[in-house]
Amino acid sequence: MTVRRAASGAPVLEARSISFAYGAEPVLEDVSFAIEPGEFVALVGPNGSGKSTLLRILLGLLPAASGSAVVLGGDPSSVREPWRIGYVPQRHVLSFDLPATVREVVAAGRVARRGWWRQPGAADRRAVDEALDAVGLADLRARRIRELSGGQQQRALIAKALASAPELLILDEPVAGVDAASQRRFRDSLVAAVRERGAAVLLVSHELGAVAEDLDRVIVLRRRVLFDGTPRTLAETGVSLGVHAGDLPLWLEGLR
Amino acid sequence: MPWPFDRSYMQLALAAGVVVGACAPLIGTFLVQRRLSLLGDGLGHVAFAGVAAGLLAGVWPVWSALVVAVLGALALERIRARRATSGDLALALFFYGGIAGGVVLTGVSHSLDANILSYLFGAILTVSPSEVWMIAGLGAAIVALVAVIGRALFAVALDEEAARVAGLPVDALNSLLAVMAAITVVVSMRVVGILLVAALMVLPVGASQAFARSFRSTLTGAAAVGVGSVTGGLTIARALALPAGGTIVLLAAIVFGLAAALTRRRPAVQVLPAASAEPARAGDEPH
Repeated sequence: MTVRRAASGAPVLEARSISFAYGAEPVLEDVSFAIEPGEFVALVGPNGSGKSTLLRILLGLLPAASGSAVVLGGDPSSVREPWRIGYVPQRHVLSFDLPATVREVVAAGRVARRGWWRQPGAADRRAVDEALDAVGLADLRARRIRELSGGQQQRALIAKALASAPELLILDEPVAGVDAASQRRFRDSLVAAVRERGAAVLLVSHELGAVAEDLDRVIVLRRRVLFDGTPRTLAETGVSLGVHAGDLPLWLEGLR
Repeated sequence: MPWPFDRSYMQLALAAGVVVGACAPLIGTFLVQRRLSLLGDGLGHVAFAGVAAGLLAGVWPVWSALVVAVLGALALERIRARRATSGDLALALFFYGGIAGGVVLTGVSHSLDANILSYLFGAILTVSPSEVWMIAGLGAAIVALVAVIGRALFAVALDEEAARVAGLPVDALNSLLAVMAAITVVVSMRVVGILLVAALMVLPVGASQAFARSFRSTLTGAAAVGVGSVTGGLTIARALALPAGGTIVLLAAIVFGLAAALTRRRPAVQVLPAASAEPARAGDEPH
């Protein structure tokens, strides 16, 4: 299996000197980084570090005060074929009391790519089945989404994003409240997205959990970019990127 | 046709009622998912003002109600989308603005007579053949629209923000749903009345989603409960000489109540074991 890289080598996502403030309170200061096609990157920082604000700017839901975001070569609020971005929101924002099957939820991720007025065809059904396979939920496809465990619901949301075959997958706090066994299945799902589909993955989280060792790069954010490099480099600075979520705030102290 | 549909007025009532019973819950299913269960009711109040305005101006009240309710639906969706106020507060504005406007207009026209009462409480037993055709046309339009944009509406109901990021025209879809709800309310008001049409949009959905395993079966189940309530309600109303519109809605409410009671033991929202596994991060706290 080879990782598919875009021939042009242009980054799929770029933050260019992004700053943002809520009133007089600066939230982001001169944040710059780029993510290349097929890269698996984590953006980490403690609560209140500006991650959520940065995420909303990168998704085009909030304009930057200064600087700019470039997503798939364009402004994030007017990306051509925006389904090329797969967005996995925090699990708790979803109305999972919906009477819907896992497959129906995943298929909803295909609607934008197909065209909202079109009926699903064979290619759409195949994409949904493949997405379910990729996250290991094929056997649970007919179950009601609310009957699934938290980790399984999280993987269903990843499958929903994968169903549109995105070039960039952005996940918001995906491992929060997910048990260790589910985190490993979750890691497998993401690694599959990167290795088999060539998608770039940006994981936004306050903890790294089980994915730490698979990352190409870690970006540490606390208003500014404090660190941008490989997990190995980060470890060499004397800081462990261990699986314990509790490590993170401690090693952030060391970087300040 | 066998009793109770042996008379032509009962057959017309059945035809109109079955279409409304099947189609109102189709729209209602999407409203319930978006936690806008009371939208139909709010639009009904606005439509009441429209009916009163029509009676005052001397135009067919269905037309004036349609115009006012569609404009109201678009305004409501706009207020909601801009988050100018919370959804239920925006609804309250329309509830009370509509009903007060209706009362004032009826006062001006001195028309609080049998005519306006037939719009408030419905007059399914006096539905004319031309009204049945109009209702059938509405039903066909709703089924066609749900077939075409139902999946997109589901994606929006599931996660509005993700739908927006993926490039779905979320605002246009929401407005379309609100307008469809307004049209359904106005066209169905002759059947069960303004005060009860919204009930037929929501109660069958509540009954259906207690049992349904998928979104698709929620839709079809809600339509089935709607049709069953209309058919059963008309039968009971004729047998016991009860008001038809009210009997239909009462039957739908009873079905909902029974469905909710029968599925009560199943927790509506599963308690996630992972919720308690949220890691305690002692390092966050300054020591």
